Amino acid sequence: MALIAFGLIAAIVILSAMFVIVARNPVHSVLWLILAFFSSAGLLVLIGAEFLAMLLIVVYVGAVAVLFLFVVMMLDVDFVELKQGTLRYWPFALLVGLIFLGELALVWAASDQLTFDTFNPSPGAATNAEAIGAVMYTQYLLLFQLAGVILLVAMIGAIVLTLRHRPHVKRQDVGKQTSRRRGDAIELKDPTPGQGI
Amino acid sequence: MELGILHFLIVSAALFTIGVVGIFVNRKNVIVILMALELILLSVNLNLVAFSVFTGTIQGQIFAMLVLTVAAAEAAVGLAILVVYFRNRRDISVENVDLMKG
Repeated sequence: MALIAFGLIAAIVILSAMFVIVARNPVHSVLWLILAFFSSAGLLVLIGAEFLAMLLIVVYVGAVAVLFLFVVMMLDVDFVELKQGTLRYWPFALLVGLIFLGELALVWAASDQLTFDTFNPSPGAATNAEAIGAVMYTQYLLLFQLAGVILLVAMIGAIVLTLRHRPHVKRQDVGKQTSRRRGDAIELKDPTPGQGI
Repeated sequence: MELGILHFLIVSAALFTIGVVGIFVNRKNVIVILMALELILLSVNLNLVAFSVFTGTIQGQIFAMLVLTVAAAEAAVGLAILVVYFRNRRDISVENVDLMKG
């Protein structure tokens, strides 16, 4: 039963991955990418790595794929023109792909120890999330913190890259606002009637 | 036949190959190149988790989480660069990126 489910989901993963790279419209590519990530999460659930599966959905489908969708739709790019002339890349791409696949197949053929009989998605704990948490916050605390630093740097980098000050847009200047005194702003006049100021 | 590690290795090898082919095929379109990179990282993650589960050690899953973090950061910075590039050039063709070449 697990094998049938695996075959079905794996077929979806590979097919949607293929559509990602051959789709004409990048919006469709992103949607196929979401399907690929979603079904990969299914594959992980099949072997009991639930936490990583949920993380895959939250991070990839929830953040990265939406980011891609946002950028694809925001940029006004002529995708038809971009697609032209890509046919001549196919032979070279297939050659490289075949070489990669051949090398991986060679590794399988050469190794006769690919049968592990210690199947255990959550060693030393009742659930998968518990097993990860037990080492993540103790043994690998430094790595965990560094991952946070990486995210912070990426966030600041993305903001700094895309920030721009356009000349004709009015911006709030807090210092100027708070240093404004009553005397600078209001001028009292006492005009005599019938003469104006 | 039971669900074994070989099944996962086959799927992730196929995913990896599709990602590499995708980079070569969509040489003009940076967005699809970034998506192909995400596919490659996904295949790496599948491999890590599969080995972690089938050998009964948790370290592979921790490492997969770190790979996930870096992939998200890379996507954010890559897309930011793409937006800036588009702002300056009005297109995203990679073939014109050699602006700074003397």
